[in-house]
Amino acid sequence: MSSTFETIANIIAETCDIPRDSITPESHAINDLGIDSLDFLDIAFAIDKAFGIKLPLEQWTQEVSDGKATTDQYFVLKNLAARIDELVAAKGA
Amino acid sequence: MRLEYFQLIDRVVDINISERRISCEATVPSVSTVFEGHFPGFPLMPGVLLVEAMAQTSGWLVSSINQFKRMSFLASVKEAKLRTFVLPGYVLNIESKLVHDGSGYAVLDAKVKNNGKQVCDATITLRVMEFPNQELAGEMLKMAARVGLTPEMALNG
Repeated sequence: MSSTFETIANIIAETCDIPRDSITPESHAINDLGIDSLDFLDIAFAIDKAFGIKLPLEQWTQEVSDGKATTDQYFVLKNLAARIDELVAAKGA
Repeated sequence: MRLEYFQLIDRVVDINISERRISCEATVPSVSTVFEGHFPGFPLMPGVLLVEAMAQTSGWLVSSINQFKRMSFLASVKEAKLRTFVLPGYVLNIESKLVHDGSGYAVLDAKVKNNGKQVCDATITLRVMEFPNQELAGEMLKMAARVGLTPEMALNG
């Protein structure tokens, strides 16, 4: 079974036509990969389907807007993978 | 259809919140300035307006699910297929089904039929957010009432 990071990297590569080998765990989806909010909706949809979860995008966006979180916490891919793992674990609990 | 106002749905025929689907009806007007240009001598319902009709139908469903407390805006259209010509006077049945209720967005499969024959279909993504102002929130309730959609239907549909 592929890791969470591998799955989301493949989703991003396919959805945004970004070379897979340019996507690393340290990549920032917005700052490094240039993914805009509309493309991120497609990515979120694919992630939601792949993992059976609902990424709380609105909550994350609000936290960033309020200064309670940084975009790095949610959009650096290794961190995004960790958030997804948490959501999957919470769903199974 | 009120083409000049970009209000393309005449009435909601059926809505089922638990099954996350809606069915609307719209009659293509016999006469419209749109047809003077599209096309002279061969009036044809523009495909972009059929796509908009699917988006508006999808929007009414999402609005109902959210009990008219949030607004939907068209974000993307995928796999749009315009299968046959749609002519003035056609009575269209427009259906939409919510396939994913995401955080701040919704994905729906929509289709349009005429006399039971599918004329177009698409996958619609809507952004779902707070109303930008109270004026729009109030106007949407009025528009919903005009197409026969009430908050009570949204709760009980």
